[in-house]
This record gives sequence, C-alpha cells and structure tokens, in this order.
Amino acid sequence: MSENQRRPITARRVILLLVVLAVLLVPIPTFHTPHSRDVVIDASQFEYSPPRLNINRGDTVNVTLNASDVVHGFFLDGYEIDSRVEPGISQKFTFTADRSGKFRYRCSVACGPLHPFMIGELVVGPNEPVWRASALAVVAAAAVLLGARKRRMA
Amino acid sequence: MKTMSRESPTDEKRFDVLGRMPRLRRMVLSRAFQPVLMLLLLAPFALAVTAGLLGTSAGNRNFGIVFVWIVWWALLMVLLVPGLGRFWCTVCPIPAPGEWIQRRGIIGGVAKLRTLGLRWPRRLRNMWLQNAGFLMLALFSTIILTRPSVSAAVIVGLTGTAVGMSLLFEKRTFCKYVCPIGGFIGLYSMVAPVELRVRDAQVCVDHRSKDCITGNENGYGCPWMVYPGKLDRNLDCGFCTECLKTCTMDNVVVNLRRPGTDLGKPVRGKRIDEAFKALIMLTCSIIYPAVLFGPWATVKAWAGIESLGGWLIYAAGFLAVTLVVMPGLFWLAVSRGQKRSCSGLTIRQAFNEYAHALIPLGLASWIAFSVGFALTNGSYALAAISDPLGWGWNLFGTREAGWTPYLSSTAPGIQAVILLCGLIFSVRTSLRVGFRHDPSGATTMQATSPVAVFLLACTLALLWLYLG
Ligand code: SF4
Ligand SMILES: [Cu+2]
Repeated sequence: MSENQRRPITARRVILLLVVLAVLLVPIPTFHTPHSRDVVIDASQFEYSPPRLNINRGDTVNVTLNASDVVHGFFLDGYEIDSRVEPGISQKFTFTADRSGKFRYRCSVACGPLHPFMIGELVVGPNEPVWRASALAVVAAAAVLLGARKRRMA
Repeated sequence: MKTMSRESPTDEKRFDVLGRMPRLRRMVLSRAFQPVLMLLLLAPFALAVTAGLLGTSAGNRNFGIVFVWIVWWALLMVLLVPGLGRFWCTVCPIPAPGEWIQRRGIIGGVAKLRTLGLRWPRRLRNMWLQNAGFLMLALFSTIILTRPSVSAAVIVGLTGTAVGMSLLFEKRTFCKYVCPIGGFIGLYSMVAPVELRVRDAQVCVDHRSKDCITGNENGYGCPWMVYPGKLDRNLDCGFCTECLKTCTMDNVVVNLRRPGTDLGKPVRGKRIDEAFKALIMLTCSIIYPAVLFGPWATVKAWAGIESLGGWLIYAAGFLAVTLVVMPGLFWLAVSRGQKRSCSGLTIRQAFNEYAHALIPLGLASWIAFSVGFALTNGSYALAAISDPLGWGWNLFGTREAGWTPYLSSTAPGIQAVILLCGLIFSVRTSLRVGFRHDPSGATTMQATSPVAVFLLACTLALLWLYLG
C-alpha cells in the first residue's frame, strides 16, 4: 500500500476514535437537585410491585419492603444490597442512588419454581449506560458500512 | 512439519492444529477418543437425570437443573460453541447408547451396523424438524428451566428418541436432522475459529477407495454422512474425528482459522430452513431475556404455565413473533435492499444468503443471555455439587454455600460489549454477502444497508432489554 493510500484510512480511524470517545465520555448534564424518596416495594410470588422503579441519580431512597405471601428476599444488583423479608414484618433500608443505569432487584430467598426469575428493575436516571451503548451501536454499524464502501471504491 | 496448511478455497490462512501438536494428534487418532469422552460425560449426565427424577423439586438445589441449565448451558454457549464449534457433538452422551447399539461395541465394535439402517426420507433432510423441536422446547422453557422432573423428562425423551432412531435409521440421522440442540450448535459452529477440512480436495477426488465414507480398520465411515472432500462449513460436520482416523492419504486436518469463515458462503439450492433456523434463534434470544429477566410478571406467569389460557396466549404470541413477524421484517429488509441493487438474486435467494448475517449477532445475544444467567445463578453450583439430590448430603462441604450473584454491577457492561461485537461481526457478514454478488461494489451499500438496519434494530432492542 502506498503512502497516499494509507493516509485517508488513518484519518478516518482518528475520526472514528474521536466519535467513539465522544459517545463514551461526553457528560450528560442533569438539572436535578437530589432529594429523599420513600418507596414501598411489595414482594409476592413471583413479582415485585412496583416492577420498575425510576429514581434520579443522587436521590436518597428509603425503602419499605413487604412480603405478602411467603418469605422473599431483595438483592439489588450493582448496589449489593441484600434483604430478607417475612410476611407481616416490614423491612426498612436506605441507600443513595449514586450510580446511573438499570439495576435489577431479585429475590434472594428461594420461594418457589419461578424464584430465579422473580426480578424487578431500578432505573437510576438519566440512564447514561443505555444511551451511550445505543449510540455506540449506531456508530459501529455506520462505521462498518461506510468503511467498507471506501475500501472497495478505492 | 507443516504449520500453515496449503491455500484453502477461501485463500485464508489456516493453522494445522494437530500437525503442530503430535501428542494431541495421537490421542485424536485413537479409536477410543470419542467413546472415552462420551463415557466420561455419561456419569454427570446420568446423575443429572437421576437427580431430576428422584431429587428435590426445588430447581435451584437440584443437580439436574443447576448442572444442565446453568453450568452446561453456560459452558456450551459461552465457551464451547464460539470457541470449538461442534465439539459438544463430539462428547455428547445423548446419542451414545444408540450409536453403541448400532456398532455392537463401544470402542471399535464391528464395522458393519446391525440395526435397520434405513435412509432418512429425502423430504426431511433439512432443518425443519430441528426448528420445530427447538420451538417446542422454547415454548416450555420456563418450566424446563425450573422443574427438575420436567428437565429430566426432556433429557430422557431426547435420549430415547436417539436410541429409537438409531435402531431404525442409519448412523447419526438423529443428530443431523432431528436433535434440536444439534441444530443450533451446528448453525453457530460456523462462527468458531476451528474447522475440520481436507487439505486438498483434489486428493479426495482422485482417491478411489474413499475410506472416510466406507470406514476401515482405523475407524468408522462418516457417521454424519458427510463426504469430507466436499465439506466446506462446520454446520455439516459432527466433529466425530472418524475421518481423521480413516483417511489413508493423510488428507484430513483440523485447522485454526479466522472466526466466521463459513459465513457468507453461497447457499445451495432453495433451502430456506437454515435461514429460519438463524431467525428463530435470534428471535428467541430476544424473547428470553424479555420474558425471564424482564419485570413483566404476567408474561412470566403465562410462560410458566400457571394457567392454560395464559400459556396459549404466550405460545401464540411466541410463534407469531418467531415465525411471522421477525421473518417478515427481515424479508422486507432484504427485498428493499434487492430492489435497489443489481445483484440479480431472487428475493428468496437473497433472504437465504443474508440470513448468514443474523448468525454472529444471534450467537452474541445468546452469549450475553447465558453470561447474565450464569453470573447470577452460578453460585447454586456449589451447593448442588455437595448435595446433588437435595437430600441433605454434604459431599464436598459446600452444601450451605449461599446464593451470591457474581459481578452484578459489571454484567450489563459485559453484555453490552458482547452485543456490540456481535453487531459489528454481523454487519461485516452482510457486506461479505453483498460484495460476493456485486464485486464492483456499485450497489452493495444499497443492498446491505436495510439488512444492517435490521441488525441494528435487534441490537438496540437487546441493549434496552439489558440496560434500559
Ligand atoms: S479417505 Fe481421505 S483422501 Fe480419501 S476421499 Fe476420504 S478424506 Fe479424501
Ligand atoms: Cu421470592
């Protein structure tokens, strides 16, 4: 490959790298003042109510956990919170939602056949990971397509 | 010693593994190689069935569930298939009893088969039964995954079918045309960086006795009914290693290669079964995380057959999405691309060929799903190995090991990276198909971009399921 053929490829690579870095690192501004939120989560075979919780990053979350049929658990991915709740005896705990993204909460006490799939979702917004990953997917698909055209047309 | 084997049909570099590793070569060339591996796996396999039938009904404490659907599944989808292609089919115990009955022996029994050895009907020599079988299992997957007795019944059912078919039909007819697991392993094995091929197809053409087909004192004729001289993709080869032993011309090799070399090759005939296999697998890999890991308890209850009516709704929706909606959308994408291209392909041909582009993303999606499931539930293996039946044994002192999800904060990131790699690999595959039909590249972009958009849409759906 001669020098003048190689140069445009390098230039494109640099541009691609910059775009990828931008997608990964550009800060997403939030105009949210953190405050304290009280939520009540009910656990029953094999679901949580609410199934999906939306919280803003920085909020302090005061959870009251109830079980309405048998003993259940509450393990929160990413925050490594684990709690066990018996019917009639509420559990209370507090955490600060300092990481954005989706974190599943799952039952940690075997409670029946579908126990491994007893799952709810905490979304700490703005959900940067999913937006960045999605943007990256678009960039990746476009880069492969456009890169191939240049390579073939040259 | 040759390290790089001669130029292959696709002009890509190959690395002759056994040529470089004489010890391994000696092992693989032994007639005992496959039977010994099968025998080794028969023990945990029998334990899994026993535990499923006799052990506790709590799935997460039963060896039959934990070792089949957490350990085996994760090993299969995350390591074996992407890394070694059909290697699972080398060691799989399901067809073992039937094969040994056919051969009247375990290691080098009589070369003549003593069973009926009927030929499989021509109309069924495709993947449709495997597609149907997989969908059947998929529709019941929620209870198969959680109820030990159902899981054991599935394994016994598969083994029974394999034995029955071995008595009636020749060789590995079950594996090749019926086994629902063999179907998707074969499909995704085309991505693997390992292949069994002949060094030089012309040597095969000139070789009169074709010992790889007939078998000889060193091994059996190909149980998968493949002629190695024409073998050009992993889907067709069961990796039983018999032809390595029987070939008198030292013409069969196991190569390392660039991953995905089989993808984007011309599809023979009008067969649309493989395209559907790719679509079904990709679609299921999107439905599963939605149903099993999603927050929608009603759908979960339907899938878990808590009421027949609910399950019927689920089944109808599941089949509609896998067999109509997704194939329909993909068909639209392909036909839109073809309208603007000068490839000269019919839509049907293009549908079959571009379906190869679904394979890397589908595999990545299954890897992401399996990684998530294994990291979350892998810790159950500790207790299950000490107390396989849930009867209170404590063989290795780990019975009380609790449930601990591993890497719970990094798992979604790992899944996103896997999915993005799958997307890139898939778009590249679609381009490979496009350029093959349009070497000038003039309209390749027009033909490929709708397919790429379809792939991107699937990836975005998956990213939102896992991270959104
Ligand atoms: S025995 Fe070897 S050389 Fe002969 S046809 Fe089979 S693979 Fe080819
Ligand atoms: Cu529970």
